[in-house]
Amino acid sequence: MADVSIIPETLSQMLTLLSPSPPGWGGNLLRGLVHSLQIALGAFGMGLIIGTLGAYGKLYGSPLVRDLAGIYTTIVRAVPELVLILLLYYAGTDLINRILEMAGYQRIDISGLVAGIVVLGFVQGAYATEVLRGAIKAIPYGEIEAARAYGMSPILMMRRITLPSMLPYALPGLANLWLIATKDTALLAVVGFSELTLETRQAAGTTKAYFLFFMAAGVLYLLTTLFSNLIVGRIEKWARRGMPSVREAG
Amino acid sequence: MTVSDAVLTDPLQPQSAEQAEAIHVWNLHKRFGSLEVLKGVSMTARDGDVVALIGGSGSGKSTFLRCINFLENPTSGVIRINGEDIEMVSDGVGGQYPANRRQIERIRSRLGMVFQNFNLWQHMTLLQNVIEVPVHVLGVKRDEAIAVGEQLLERVGLSAKRDVYPAYLSGGQQQRGAIARALAIQPRVMLFDEPTSALDPELVGEVLKVIADLAKEGRTMLLVTHEMKFAREVASHVMYLHNGIVEEEGPPEDLFGSPKSERLKQFIRTVS
Repeated sequence: MADVSIIPETLSQMLTLLSPSPPGWGGNLLRGLVHSLQIALGAFGMGLIIGTLGAYGKLYGSPLVRDLAGIYTTIVRAVPELVLILLLYYAGTDLINRILEMAGYQRIDISGLVAGIVVLGFVQGAYATEVLRGAIKAIPYGEIEAARAYGMSPILMMRRITLPSMLPYALPGLANLWLIATKDTALLAVVGFSELTLETRQAAGTTKAYFLFFMAAGVLYLLTTLFSNLIVGRIEKWARRGMPSVREAG
Repeated sequence: MTVSDAVLTDPLQPQSAEQAEAIHVWNLHKRFGSLEVLKGVSMTARDGDVVALIGGSGSGKSTFLRCINFLENPTSGVIRINGEDIEMVSDGVGGQYPANRRQIERIRSRLGMVFQNFNLWQHMTLLQNVIEVPVHVLGVKRDEAIAVGEQLLERVGLSAKRDVYPAYLSGGQQQRGAIARALAIQPRVMLFDEPTSALDPELVGEVLKVIADLAKEGRTMLLVTHEMKFAREVASHVMYLHNGIVEEEGPPEDLFGSPKSERLKQFIRTVS
């Protein structure tokens, strides 16, 4: 009978701990989630821009540009992300400040958010370069040739033909990168950025309710993924609008 | 008048001499590595001409067509389109490329190219394909382009398919759509690169009919084809290419009726 009385008590304790306002820690977790998503969005966006430039550089660039892009993707993909994050975060901010000091400016305090976005975006860019390069190569060559034959400038061709045509081939890879970005934000805990994982660790450490808080964080990550899948599915359906479904063809 | 004009002006069609030159090519060479595909081909197409290029595979006829809108850069030779000489610069390794990208883009946007494999843009509906170049390259207002595009789709018999994506159309429908896309830019010259070679036999007729109608209304066209009967019917001038040179050329009735060169006789026998 004792058990029966314990469970509701534990449940109410759990709810109190998770409640969004103090003494609950739910608010901290949600704030951490928002920070994580901000960084993931920023990094993914930056990765897309770098990736597009990188893919074009690798495909159409001069030998020098191709080599530079090759060195970038090789090194970034070879070094563990955690090492890169520590390196870029500490060494990167230090480097910027040294340059500023040399140029006669004052040292600046780089916000964790901006640093996190730049560091993860730099990593994402290397992977996005390869995803986009593969997708551009998958476009039927005739469509590019038709665009050239009708006098499209390189920029117009990229905007109107190449990017929309490669999207169906790029989306599965890009969706992977997005999900990786949401989870890689956890690595920023090592540099003290208060994203979801760090907030969770603090909540758990303070209350000793480790299981509860890490489960809660896991659920939040899972919900992020499920919601992302929903959005990606929509985008993919739109991007594949001109393509008969694979299932029908089979 | 240049040397090539004197050679190429067709005495049987004196009226064409009054027409303006749409395309003038002189002594065109194209080399892929050590392989010389074109060894000095010259041609003049005046407004209203329908020039058919025939020849076996590897004769250089498609390469010649693709050099005209610089999908391939000719190794040497002169190309003049709409009276405008294309400036070329040497690439330092024996080839050359257009000096001015914008000039090439401007010229391309007035040459309506129709490809063997249609090459419609798969992420656009048929109507979107047709209005794409007018709206985004030529700067036509969208609603005007749509009005023209709808008329053109009607002409090629595809009004009902305007909002359909190319992947859902038959080869013949895609090629007719591609012809509408070429017409939408109000081309000075239409370039056809084996337009029926990728089609199932029963779909060839519908595409040839559209091309024949265009020829009848006096459109200037360059046509690379394997359809000898068709070339004979629609062309005003036929060029037979063999191993990168013009082996024989003239009006279709002469070329097909009384071929002079032994190779052409043999070619006509094998393909008909």
